[in-house]
Amino acid sequence: MAKRIDVSGLHVYYGDFLAVEDVSMTIEPRSVTAFIGSSGCGKSTFLRTLNRMHEVTPGARVDGKVMLDDMDIYGPDVDPVEVRREVGMVFQKANPFPTMSIYDNVIAGAKLNNKRMSKAKADDLVERSLRGANLWEEVKDRLNKPGAGLSGGQQQRLCIARATAVEPSVLLMDEPCSALDPISTLAIEDLIHKLKEEYTIVIVTHNMQQAARVSDRTAFFNLAGTGKPGRLIEMGETNKIFTKPDEQETENYITGRFG
Amino acid sequence: MTTTDPSATAPPQIRAKRRVGDAVFANTARGSGILILAILAGVAAFLLIQSFDSLSANTANFFTTTDWHANVRENPAFGVAALAFGTVLAAAIALVIATPISIGIALFIVYYAPRRIAAVLGYIVDLLAAIPSVVYGLWGIGFLVFEMQGFYELLTDYLGWIPLFAGPVSTTGRTMLSAGIVLAVMILPIITAMSRDVFKQVPQGHQEAALAMGATRWEMIRMAVLPFGRPGVIGGAMLGLGRALGETMAVAMILSPSLVISPFLLQSGNQTIAAHIALQYPEATGYGVSALIAAGLVLFAITLVVNMGARFVVARRKEFS
Repeated sequence: MAKRIDVSGLHVYYGDFLAVEDVSMTIEPRSVTAFIGSSGCGKSTFLRTLNRMHEVTPGARVDGKVMLDDMDIYGPDVDPVEVRREVGMVFQKANPFPTMSIYDNVIAGAKLNNKRMSKAKADDLVERSLRGANLWEEVKDRLNKPGAGLSGGQQQRLCIARATAVEPSVLLMDEPCSALDPISTLAIEDLIHKLKEEYTIVIVTHNMQQAARVSDRTAFFNLAGTGKPGRLIEMGETNKIFTKPDEQETENYITGRFG
Repeated sequence: MTTTDPSATAPPQIRAKRRVGDAVFANTARGSGILILAILAGVAAFLLIQSFDSLSANTANFFTTTDWHANVRENPAFGVAALAFGTVLAAAIALVIATPISIGIALFIVYYAPRRIAAVLGYIVDLLAAIPSVVYGLWGIGFLVFEMQGFYELLTDYLGWIPLFAGPVSTTGRTMLSAGIVLAVMILPIITAMSRDVFKQVPQGHQEAALAMGATRWEMIRMAVLPFGRPGVIGGAMLGLGRALGETMAVAMILSPSLVISPFLLQSGNQTIAAHIALQYPEATGYGVSALIAAGLVLFAITLVVNMGARFVVARRKEFS
């Protein structure tokens, strides 16, 4: 049940510091949208505002509007907990719960919504989620072993399985491959291709080839200067951004002239 | 190694260059480690040797007897059963009361309190640890036992059907439960400090992982913080238990001692090993001193077993940490 995200006039602040300035964009359902840009340009910060995870950082706040289909996620009586069940997230560093088995990791989130899940239903959900994350064949014989015992790439796929088990409509990925080797990266990229049939996917990446490989649309962020806020420079079809972008800044970045 | 024939076929050993500073530091560290073992062995040996006299002359079974007739020149008859029971009971009460409160305080300090309040609160909890035990004893006997009287009455009225809380309530309030409550306050800072430190170390990634799947703050704490912090909390609880088991002054002041095995927390009775030793030592004659040392040996053994048990619990789930 992929949903469309509509952002209009979003500013992000850390205390008094304006970190991201005036972003408006539409993120299409059942597609992969990549955010690229140099370090510190605010793309991760902006990503985290899409499921209100930025609120974990003390002093962080936003100004503007984010619509998830027809739900205003910053509406006055919207609970961030509800938003995060709709908009899941996968982090740069794979973070399976170290005290839980692979099985328990996968259903950890789903159990929050449905405390009395039957064993059969849970088994089914675990298998479905792990298959969905292309991990089932590798771990089906050791579901009760700790998730931390898997390789880095497997851990990251476990985290994706855990996020999808909650059945969100959007999946945010914050540099999911930057700590992985090329083979594991490829496995995750294959997975992203498969996942976009069901989810709206937004991925932050430092790897421009990756953005070109996995995404349908690309958004380029940049800083106006040191100490200035990050801005959305340009957004469009990935092909276009990487071949003939409208903005000179974008062209400089993708051709490696700075950044 | 120095005698190895240089023409031997074994590949030449690569040896680190010896530096004086490294050698001094390594040996100092090693010496400190050995010293601890030596002290522990020395204490155990002292207890064993000094208690041998009375234990071999004892006409009663040391482990099952509750009476204490040791201040005689021949045929002493004494046992540690009531004392060991009282010791474990007092410490258990303290632990049952203090652990949940400590976890609560630690969670509040780390996850709920505004930063400034958290700092002040942490400081105050640390201060609790600095209060001498004799002051706790005074507070217990001069204040707590009177104030708790009403609560004890309530307890026995409503929960009297549980043998632990059976009446009649002691009129002096100098009961096992009072001693346990004072001990709980005394071990609170240790458990809180340990729990707080380990809760602070929970990786940000685990917390965010829980929050990002739509966990509330409390669900996040249950999912990511408590499992991660468990070994630390247990470690803190065991340190607290160690203090509660050995605590002397406060218990000696509060408890009105009698050498019986009584599960009734609200009636007077019971005694702990440490308090018994402190109270009996000045008037010990004949086999008395040696018998008290035998009691000390038992306390030593109990503490050792408790600590080893705790290590076992902490190590059991190592695979998952």
